[in-house]
Amino acid sequence: MLFYSIKRFGLATLVALTVSFISFGLLYLSSDPAIAMAGETASDADIEAIRKLYGFDRPILVQYLDWLQRAIAGDLGKSYYFRTDVSSLIGERLPTTMMLGVSAITFAIVFSVPLGVAAAIRPNSIIDRIALFLSVMGQALPSFWFALMLIILLSVNLRLLPTSGSDTWLHFVMPTVVLGYYAAPAIMRLTRTGMLEVLSTDYIRTARAKGLRPSVVLFKHALRNAIIPVVSLAAVQFGFMLGGSIVVETIFALHGAGFLAWESITRNDLPTVQGLILVFSLFYIVLTFLADLLNAWLDPRIRIS
Amino acid sequence: MSDRVLDVKNLSIDIPLAEGMLHAVDGIDIHVDKGETLCIVGESGCGKSLTSLAVMDLLPKKAIRRLERLDLAGASILDYSEQQMSDIRGSKMGMIFQEPMTSLNPAFTIGNQMVETLQRHRKMNRVAARDLAKRMLEKVGITAADQRLNQYPHQLSGGLRQRVMIAMTLLCEPELIIADEPTTALDVTIQAQILLLLQELQSEFDMGLILITHDLGVVARIATRVAVMYAGQIVEQGTVKQIFDNPMHPYTRGLMRCIPVPGKTKPGEPLGSIPGMVPSLVGKFTGCRFAERCDHVTDACRQSDIELRAESGKTQGYRCIIDAKEMAKVA
Ligand SMILES: Nc1ncnc2c1ncn2[C@@H]1O[C@H](COP(=O)(O)OP(=O)(O)OP(=O)(O)O)[C@@H](O)[C@H]1O
Ligand SMILES: [Mg+2]
Repeated sequence: MLFYSIKRFGLATLVALTVSFISFGLLYLSSDPAIAMAGETASDADIEAIRKLYGFDRPILVQYLDWLQRAIAGDLGKSYYFRTDVSSLIGERLPTTMMLGVSAITFAIVFSVPLGVAAAIRPNSIIDRIALFLSVMGQALPSFWFALMLIILLSVNLRLLPTSGSDTWLHFVMPTVVLGYYAAPAIMRLTRTGMLEVLSTDYIRTARAKGLRPSVVLFKHALRNAIIPVVSLAAVQFGFMLGGSIVVETIFALHGAGFLAWESITRNDLPTVQGLILVFSLFYIVLTFLADLLNAWLDPRIRIS
Repeated sequence: MSDRVLDVKNLSIDIPLAEGMLHAVDGIDIHVDKGETLCIVGESGCGKSLTSLAVMDLLPKKAIRRLERLDLAGASILDYSEQQMSDIRGSKMGMIFQEPMTSLNPAFTIGNQMVETLQRHRKMNRVAARDLAKRMLEKVGITAADQRLNQYPHQLSGGLRQRVMIAMTLLCEPELIIADEPTTALDVTIQAQILLLLQELQSEFDMGLILITHDLGVVARIATRVAVMYAGQIVEQGTVKQIFDNPMHPYTRGLMRCIPVPGKTKPGEPLGSIPGMVPSLVGKFTGCRFAERCDHVTDACRQSDIELRAESGKTQGYRCIIDAKEMAKVA
């Protein structure tokens, strides 16, 4: 287990470094950062002065290492648009995104794992068909459309929920459902396939031949094995939600990191975009790493090898 | 009879398939007494596993089981509910499967899987159950049983896992054990050890044992009685002596020719084999199922179903229209 964790950790660090290099390079890919800072109307001399001042004339690797050192210390530069530290800007917005992510993944799991299990117990039954229908819908409906439909129904017509903002938990209900429903189909399908596969294994037959009660066979022996890949998927989905909630946060005007991403992209605020990409990717990498550990913990064949 | 452990009468199993109804097992009678080993032999696909699963009521969902009688230790369990069946599975009858590598749950320790079996059927706390599990592991020849209880299946070899399966099946001291090719997946040297172990335990616990195997050498060594299956029917049954010394059915005789006999079979000489293929059992079948491959086939063989006829004071029976006297001549 220790060796496995170290290997995974090393791998995660490598990926993180690569990602950091790419997001660093983003500034240079899009335009000359000196021109961007000085503004379109600046003279050549001014641009040259800024280039010297900020060190843009140094070799790229030196600049990267310098940038990396500061990034690790928490300094992600200054936002062009908000005129504040990118790190404190992101720090202010993250709790909202986190809250949305956690509630959405919880909703997705609570909704789709039991449905997947029920569908696997009776393949081709009514429940299985309903589950299939819901998952096809979840995959086919664009989130923005689903979000708008919910707003029309629940906010405009029934006046049950607020349309936008992030002040109370009520504000999070619709965004959670929209974002969670987006992740649910994959989790549901994987639970169903996993359960179907496990239920036909020899060790389930053994469990029944021992006279174990159906609930023990199902929830102890089968689900425990079927859930292992689902855990990985859910972790990846969660990482995806943290970064991918741009559409949902924008529609519901939740002032989270996704909304910030939208704001800074439309305003060409490169340092903020860069910082967000870095933070989102790191989340993703950390979550994948944690999912690997969780997987090993759940599966003795990985844990003890 | 008071020491009859299992009595099955007229078992049939049908499986609906896309191409029609598969009559996989057709009218089987078997019985096992205390301390007796019944070996079921027959080629692949003849219905041995389905028969044993039918006794445990563990057939695949789509399979249709019909039975006239199913008695376990003198009590009819034919009309038992699923709940009642699960009460006796693992306690009064147990089953050992062919694949030790996949028959144990990879996510739980050996100890966990043994203790749960005991706690399902006996009022026992964890400590007592663990202790009994440990003693049972020792009984099946596993050393360092304490450590083994904390290990996961993937940490054990195939032979050890099959020993664990045997120990787990014995925990509640069932009256009947069904072992479906328990050694086919193991190394030859380990096969013999496991079979000897089964035989020892069977006499120690005075159980009834049904052993399904392809290996006639094994049958000769440990069977009390033998049932030979062909295409879903028992074509011959009798004591091990009757079957080996005086096989009556042409299929049994064919099987016997397939075993090399030390001293008689010369090196390089081809062993007997039975040419031809098993008929399809989809749809209705009339007449002798072995007719296609039989050297003594006549028109009469295909006209009507052949009953199992009794010979040698009723302990031996075979399904052939040729009677014993004629059969002695053709041999
Ligand atoms: N779940 C199933 N669905 C369809 N057909 C099945 C199923 N299980 C068994 N059969 C068919 O029933 C017949 C008997 O199968 P069974 O497994 O009992 O054979 P067997 O005698 O145990 O063979 P082997 O020696 O290979 O284990 C075979 O023709 C098989 O194809
Ligand atoms: Mg079989």
